[in-house]
Amino acid sequence: MAPSSRRSTDDRLFRLGTGLFALFVVLLVAGIAFELFRSSRLSVQKFGFGFWVTKVWDPVAGDFGARPFIWGTLYSSFLALLISTPIALGIAIFLSELSPKALRTPLAFLTELLAAIPSIVYGLWGVFVLVPLVRKLQVATPDWMRKIPLFSGPPLGVGMGTAAIILAVMVIPFTSSVAREVLRAVPNTQREAAYALGATRWEAIQAAMRYGRTGIIGAIILGLGRAIGETMAVTMVIGNNPQVSWSLFAPQYSMAAVIANEFTEAADNLYLSALIEIGLVLFVITLIINGLSRALIWSVTREVKVKAPKAAAPAVEKAAA
Amino acid sequence: MTETVVSETERERPPMLRVGAAPPEPKTASSLEFTSAIRMESRRLRFFYGSNQALHDISIRIPEKSVTAFIGPSGCGKSTFLRCLNRMNDIIADIRVEGDVLLDGKDIYGPGVDIVSLRRRVGMVFQKSNPFPKSIFDNVAYGLKINGLCPTAEMPERVEKALRGSALWDEVKDRLHASALGLSGGQQQRLCIARALAVEPEVVLMDEPASALDPIATQKIEELIYELKRDYTIVIVTHNMQQAARVSEYTAFFMLGRLVEHDRTDKIFTNPGQKITEDYITGRFG
Amino acid sequence: MTQSGRRKAFSRFVEILCGAAVLLALVPLFFVFFYVVQQGFSSLNWDFFTKMPKPVGETGGGMANAILGTLYLIAIAGALAIPVGLIAGVYLSEYPRTRLATATRFTADVLNGIPSIVIGIFAYSLVVMPVKHFSALAGGVALGFMMIPIIARTAEELLNLVPGTLREGALALGATRSRAAFSVMLPAALPGIMTGILVALARISGETAPLLFTAFNNRFFTMRLDQPIASLTVQVYTYAISPYDDWHRQAWAGALVLVTVVFVFSVLARVVTRRLERMHRT
Repeated sequence: MAPSSRRSTDDRLFRLGTGLFALFVVLLVAGIAFELFRSSRLSVQKFGFGFWVTKVWDPVAGDFGARPFIWGTLYSSFLALLISTPIALGIAIFLSELSPKALRTPLAFLTELLAAIPSIVYGLWGVFVLVPLVRKLQVATPDWMRKIPLFSGPPLGVGMGTAAIILAVMVIPFTSSVAREVLRAVPNTQREAAYALGATRWEAIQAAMRYGRTGIIGAIILGLGRAIGETMAVTMVIGNNPQVSWSLFAPQYSMAAVIANEFTEAADNLYLSALIEIGLVLFVITLIINGLSRALIWSVTREVKVKAPKAAAPAVEKAAA
Repeated sequence: MTETVVSETERERPPMLRVGAAPPEPKTASSLEFTSAIRMESRRLRFFYGSNQALHDISIRIPEKSVTAFIGPSGCGKSTFLRCLNRMNDIIADIRVEGDVLLDGKDIYGPGVDIVSLRRRVGMVFQKSNPFPKSIFDNVAYGLKINGLCPTAEMPERVEKALRGSALWDEVKDRLHASALGLSGGQQQRLCIARALAVEPEVVLMDEPASALDPIATQKIEELIYELKRDYTIVIVTHNMQQAARVSEYTAFFMLGRLVEHDRTDKIFTNPGQKITEDYITGRFG
Repeated sequence: MTQSGRRKAFSRFVEILCGAAVLLALVPLFFVFFYVVQQGFSSLNWDFFTKMPKPVGETGGGMANAILGTLYLIAIAGALAIPVGLIAGVYLSEYPRTRLATATRFTADVLNGIPSIVIGIFAYSLVVMPVKHFSALAGGVALGFMMIPIIARTAEELLNLVPGTLREGALALGATRSRAAFSVMLPAALPGIMTGILVALARISGETAPLLFTAFNNRFFTMRLDQPIASLTVQVYTYAISPYDDWHRQAWAGALVLVTVVFVFSVLARVVTRRLERMHRT
């Protein structure tokens, strides 16, 4: 065989061979989706759309309704967003616009460490440190506050509020690091235009944030996706009680938590199928949220290749004009 | 008139920039006479990036309601000096300024100077237009809004005045609330000029305002500058010498962070005092 | 105060708030680290690393089975994910603009975002359900699936950083594309990829949810693929929610080990990345 045609066969095999591995990834995700649909069919057929609205979760009677878990997941995640977003944005702004250069790397590293701590460690800390702390706070709540539905219920320590706090801590590093990338991608000329018109530092930062607002929203939504999928830390502090309540003190349940707790105890196929259907919902929700967030972030950062760690915004060293 | 200082041997050498050799300094201070008041003045301004000195003893006077052009090869410091005039360099870390810059007689680098008001009085237009991702109206009104310069009811009037001042009104009056990003490059730059004019500055600094534009848009900008000098003091940095010759009354030639020559534009371009100015203008380098 | 003065004061106020946000975020970090070290350090003894757990209610014993279990699981995960991720990454960097590449990048991102418990469900359906028992293989597979997108993306990014001239040089000398990719490009990108792999391994060693019903748990340690196996994370979880103080003590020790591993790998990754960037900048 002539060398050139041997080479082109090799090349074709190379492309095919490596392509197969890439295809594996695609098929894997398709497989996950397919398998989730298949294994939840029993439950879907039995309960239909009522599954989402029914409050009852009674494994003994074979009656399954996912509303408490959907409620718990959404409520805890939105609370977590409420707490984490201002803090995460504050960190992103500080690191990309305000921090002295020397502090930037160590502080960024420390916030990254927050993201690296395993969920179970947060859970452990949550059970033994945060829950007693929250219980003390709950006991100390004045009676007039207790009357508000938001703060009603016995002071157990575990509950929606504790879960929201832990989720917020876990979400902060994700949102802040993406928001920081977005701010770095905003062209400096936007800030300069604001300064040249007499803007203060904060006003110039606002101009930059306005330019990158889609990306920043994407960062926040990414945090939401993270909170929704979180399992261990939540299940250890949320109380694992399938009730729907506005109270921050009330023990509640989340989708991921119920799967984690009851999967191995699901005695019959219907039970298992119901749990898998919840898993399917989780899959679809996080799919949509992550897709949306990625699209938003990409639209801002696509212009600039944020590769080498050039310091951002005002502290950039400019060459003489 | 500035003396010719170049020695015989320097005249013989090819006019390449020799590393380490500074261009000849004018032996005597420029006896350039101005008929109008001096709006801005720098006195022996020295500028440092860290330990690297970028500007050496710049002393220059900018008369009011005129156009002064800064020319010079890339890296000569003309933009750096321009940005000293509204303290835009302050946003860069690790810089140092020595010497004075006076606006109407007061040192803008003095203690207790309000930078925010300074930048309102000395506006800037940048090389590449940088409109905010807002409507045309909101862009022009931005400076008015953050500085609280007029009640909301008056804003449409001020915005119109600014847009007329930058010769953009007729083109955008029917779509004031459309996004500024939908305008062409030339229109965006005139929008940025309108945005700067809206706060009614005394001085307008322009850093190569037409370098990113096509010839027709450039011509519009140059005509605009000619109109604006009736009401504003304009300082324009340009690498295009024909442009400097067309629009300015005074020209300053910078090189290697030094002010080599500063004189009436017609004099600089027909009979420059320094050999090196002549070499630059005739295109021997830069 | 003048209007301008008020604006500047407000700006200063917001700047301080942002600084406070950073400090606020560091509070839980130090809080957690402090407690884990304080509670766990005293329980880190030789027994912890070498003994098997005692029966329920008895004090003493250790987490040797769990530590070995985690190592075994990440070995299985690595065996699955490293080849798949690397080669997929090679494809992505060699043929970046094909439809398959776009689809792969997209699905890798999706895979990365799927909650780990859902991956656990999939591994359960795939490996546990057909044979009706939990297994180390199932756990390793679940963890492996989670690693694949990280490794693929790291490999792609790092291969893209290698100058294309290297590939062209090899091809010009008559090398086939596969030889150029595997014996020239990949080795050039290897240090960074290795770091990425190590970071991915450290990350999945901290995962609990996908193991709860795949690898399940085991009081002993057997190196069999088809038996359930203990893992540090699941063991910490089991001990933490138990009523026994001695188990709580050991749970903290286990958490300390996890956190130390994570910390060491994070620092390592940063150091290597910084050195690589310095190399590439010259």
